[in-house]
Amino acid sequence: MRRWAAPGVTWRAVRVWQRNLDSFRKYLLGSLAGSLGEPVLYLVAMGYGLGNFVGTIQGQSYAEYIAPGLVVSAAMWAATFEGTYGTYLRMIHQKTYDAILATPLTLDDVVAGDTLWAASKGATNGIIMLAVVAGFGLVRSAGGALLLLPLMVLASVLFACLAVLVAAVARNWEFFNYYITLVISPLFFFSGIFFPLSNFPAWVQTIAALSPLTHAVSLAQALARGTAPDHPAVSLLALMVPTAASFCAALVLIRRRLIK
Amino acid sequence: MADLMIEAHGLVKRYGNFTAVDALDLAIARGECFGLLGPNGAGKTTTIRMLYGFTPRTAGTLQIGGLDVAERPRRVRALLGILPQEDNLDPDLTPAENLRTYARYFDIPAAEARRRARDLLAFVGLHDRANHRLDELSGGMKRRLLVARALLNRPQVLILDEPTTGLDPQARHLIWQRLRELKAAGTTLLLTTHYMEEARELCDRVAIMDRGKLLRVGPPQRLVEAEVGAEAVEVRAAPDVEAEVRRRLDGLAHHSERSADTLYVYCEDGRAVQAALADLPLAYLHRRAASLEDLFLRLTGRGLAE
Repeated sequence: MRRWAAPGVTWRAVRVWQRNLDSFRKYLLGSLAGSLGEPVLYLVAMGYGLGNFVGTIQGQSYAEYIAPGLVVSAAMWAATFEGTYGTYLRMIHQKTYDAILATPLTLDDVVAGDTLWAASKGATNGIIMLAVVAGFGLVRSAGGALLLLPLMVLASVLFACLAVLVAAVARNWEFFNYYITLVISPLFFFSGIFFPLSNFPAWVQTIAALSPLTHAVSLAQALARGTAPDHPAVSLLALMVPTAASFCAALVLIRRRLIK
Repeated sequence: MADLMIEAHGLVKRYGNFTAVDALDLAIARGECFGLLGPNGAGKTTTIRMLYGFTPRTAGTLQIGGLDVAERPRRVRALLGILPQEDNLDPDLTPAENLRTYARYFDIPAAEARRRARDLLAFVGLHDRANHRLDELSGGMKRRLLVARALLNRPQVLILDEPTTGLDPQARHLIWQRLRELKAAGTTLLLTTHYMEEARELCDRVAIMDRGKLLRVGPPQRLVEAEVGAEAVEVRAAPDVEAEVRRRLDGLAHHSERSADTLYVYCEDGRAVQAALADLPLAYLHRRAASLEDLFLRLTGRGLAE
């Protein structure tokens, strides 16, 4: 396989996804509790605790304001953890990739399957979080809630691709701490989930506009309110372009790393 | 040879300036058991990885079952069963689940996969461990499970990278027996090993490999007879006595070599050597049949490769 060849992904990627599901079944409960605990904690602590002091933002209670962003971020966190730690575990430590590459699957199939798997975990977490905030009565528009589903899928695929790209270059587990504390956590706090970015200086807003999560959050907030998003086409592109770019980069880097 | 299963010409793998596999020619017939012997770093595993298309070749041609490995990797791997050197089982899955999950990569339907998993677990003596946790399995059991996994797709060619390294004699003999059964059923076998006994037990032909090149290829017994002789006598003696030993061996041995404190004497008639040395005060004398290991050490050197 040529290192720079176009992605040669086939339907066989699903086999890798199924393998991960087989393996994950054993850890189902613990994993869900772990990845959902945090966003729910934020919803209760910030939404209701801090929310008492905040009053209303843009005509919404604080809990209602932060709910759509927390849904999207639940997807981001789960896709990130699976795409980094999970992929690295299978690629390097468990030699799962080596095992699969002795079968009719190719490395492109394996990477695509692992990415798809990380995205699935993200989307699943997002959906459960959506059910939680809906249960709290924090989603005004039922149609908007339905439209949140494909948005979460897009965000999950994006953060899965980014995470797999990080796993492709990681040399040890610590590397993921850097990615999470230096990239994912700042995105989480400065993508308009907890406060509108309009209060910040223009340069902060410019930086925030470069974050794909900002676009996902603004789309989610509009959908949950039942209003039209500001720049839907731009926001969708801001999600899809980095997805394609990071997936292709991850493929090239993993080919370079494993095929010797 | 009309019915070649594996055919390589001028196969080369280079990493920068280092040549791991150097212009290798292989022709392995359908149903043959072929052993690749060599010290660590000889290029055995690199050769195997090229065979199943994991490692791209630098130069040369390579066909398995008439298919070019680089052009038809999926088709080629569907024909192959691979036993890797390292354990790469799924640690979260039971033995039975490991096999069923692996069967999906070959598009084996679930019901059929379940049947094959059950049969293969019995074949490698793990039927009573089918649903155990993987970390409850010993190293030998995991190795047997890997053998079962390599057989799931009913491969025409089974490629085994050090199939019995680290196993106890019971497990080793079980694996040998199973490999002989597979060979009898028509499976082509290619194995690497450090155990000369294993090569002699299983292989129709062996190749001795060092520094990326095949040094000798042929049936093990014939190679030994042609290159080493029929018998070997091992002698340990004080330096002055050894000088006398060497003098008396003239004409009786066709080759002798010294390694550490032992003199290895290769000859056609060990009894005659023994008789010629009978009156000397030797610390140790041992007469035995010449073996593949003698040939291996002669060709690849007695020093450590790494």
